[in-house]
Amino acid sequence: MTALMIVTFILVAGGAAAVVFTREPLRQAVTLSAYGLVLSLLFVVLQAPDVALSQLAVGTAVVPLIVVLAIAKTRARKRQ
Amino acid sequence: MTRRARLILFVFGACGFALLLAAALLSVPGFGTAQHRYAERAVLAAQVQRHTANAVASVTFDQRGLDTLAETFMFVAAVLGIAALLRRNPDEEEIPPRAHRQERRPPVPNTLRLAAYLLLPVTILVGIYIVLHGHISPGGGFQGGVVLGTAIHLLYLAGDFPTLARLRPVPVFEATEAVAAGAFVLLGFGAMLTGAVFLTNVMPYGTQGELLSAGTVPLLNILVGIEVAAGVVLLIAQFLEQALLLRRETARK
Amino acid sequence: MSVLAYLLAVWVFLIGVYGLVTSRNLIHAVVCLSVCQSSTYVLLLAIGYQWGATAPVFSGIASDAAVVDPVVQAMVLTDVVVNAAVTALLLAIAIQVHKRHHTIDPDRLRSLHG
Repeated sequence: MTALMIVTFILVAGGAAAVVFTREPLRQAVTLSAYGLVLSLLFVVLQAPDVALSQLAVGTAVVPLIVVLAIAKTRARKRQ
Repeated sequence: MTRRARLILFVFGACGFALLLAAALLSVPGFGTAQHRYAERAVLAAQVQRHTANAVASVTFDQRGLDTLAETFMFVAAVLGIAALLRRNPDEEEIPPRAHRQERRPPVPNTLRLAAYLLLPVTILVGIYIVLHGHISPGGGFQGGVVLGTAIHLLYLAGDFPTLARLRPVPVFEATEAVAAGAFVLLGFGAMLTGAVFLTNVMPYGTQGELLSAGTVPLLNILVGIEVAAGVVLLIAQFLEQALLLRRETARK
Repeated sequence: MSVLAYLLAVWVFLIGVYGLVTSRNLIHAVVCLSVCQSSTYVLLLAIGYQWGATAPVFSGIASDAAVVDPVVQAMVLTDVVVNAAVTALLLAIAIQVHKRHHTIDPDRLRSLHG
C-alpha cells in the first residue's frame, strides 16, 4: 500500500467525520464541499478518473450549492 | 423515543452491522488482487469489438446502455419531483428579478465579477470538451453536463441575477431536457429498425482513439450531456426561486 | 493492511448513520445521508482496484496493459448521479416541511404530531 493511498484514506475518513460533526448547516455545506474534493482525490488515486470528474462536479459544486440555497430558504423565514 | 434511547439503539445496531459486514468482507477478494472476471470481458469487448478507448464509457453507453437509459430517466423524474414539491403556494408572492439588483446588501467586489465573467466562457468550453471526448478520455455526458449546468450560475456569483434569469428561460430548458431524454429512447428504437436489439450500437466503430469512433457512444454522450445540463439548470432554478424570489404575503404585513 | 480500504467504507457509512441518528436539523440529516451513500463509492472502487493497474482508458498505453475494473466504475458513476438526485429531492421535502411546520428540527416535528 503506497503512502499516497494511506494519506487519502485518512483524509476521507477525517473528512466524513468533519461533515457529520459540523452541526451548523451553513458551515457543513463548506465541509461537504471539501469532503467532495477529498473523495475525488481518492478516486484519482484508485485509478478512476471518470468517477473523480463526476464527483468533482457534483460533490463539490452542485450539491453544496443546493444545500446553501435550502438553508437560505429556511433562514429567510425565521427572520420574518 | 428519547435521544438517549435512540443513541443506545444506534450503538447496538452499529456494532451488529459492523460485525456482519466484517464477516462478509472477509470473503470478498482482497483489495488490489487481479481477480476481476467481469472486468476482463468488459475490457475485451470495449477494446477489440467496439474500438472504444474509454472502457468506462463503453460499459455505460454501449454494453449496459439500458441501465444508463434508466439512470437518465431517474434524473428526469427527480427534477420533475422537485418541480412538483417546490411549486409556488397560492399565499406566496414573487419578487421580480429586477428588484433584486437594488436589494442586494453588500455590492459584489469587482474582482469577483471579473473572475466570474472570464471563467464563464472557459467553463462552458471545458464542459463541451468533456462531453465530446467522453469515449476517448475520462469524462462524458454526465460529467460534462453537470459542468455546463453549473457554468451559467457563475453569473449568479457575479451578482447578476437578472441576466441569469433572462439567460435561462425555464420552459425552454424543460423542453430541452425532455427532447434529449426522448431522443435517447428513439435512438434505441432506431437500432431496432436494422433488426438489432433495442439500443444496440449499430453505427460503425471506426478507429479507436479518434473523435468519430465507438459508434453511437459519442451521440449518446451528447444527448445525455444536454439532458443533464438542462436538468441541473432546472434543479438549481427551483431552489434559487425558493431562496430568492418567493416570500409569503401574510408574513410581510 | 489491504483490508484498510474496506474498513474505510464501513467507517464512512457508520459515521454517516451516527450523524443521521443524532441530527437536530433535517438539512444536516440529508447531508449525513449523502455521506452514508458516499461509502458505497469507496467500497465499489476498492473492490475494482488492482495493484499496478492503470485507469481503464486506452489512450497512450499498451492495448494489453492491466487496467482496473471499468464495470464498478460505471456503477459508481450512476451512484454519484443518484446521490445528487436523492439529496436534491430530500432537500426539497425539507423546504416543504419548513413551510408547513416552521421548523426543521425532527424532535420538534415529532412533538407536533404527539
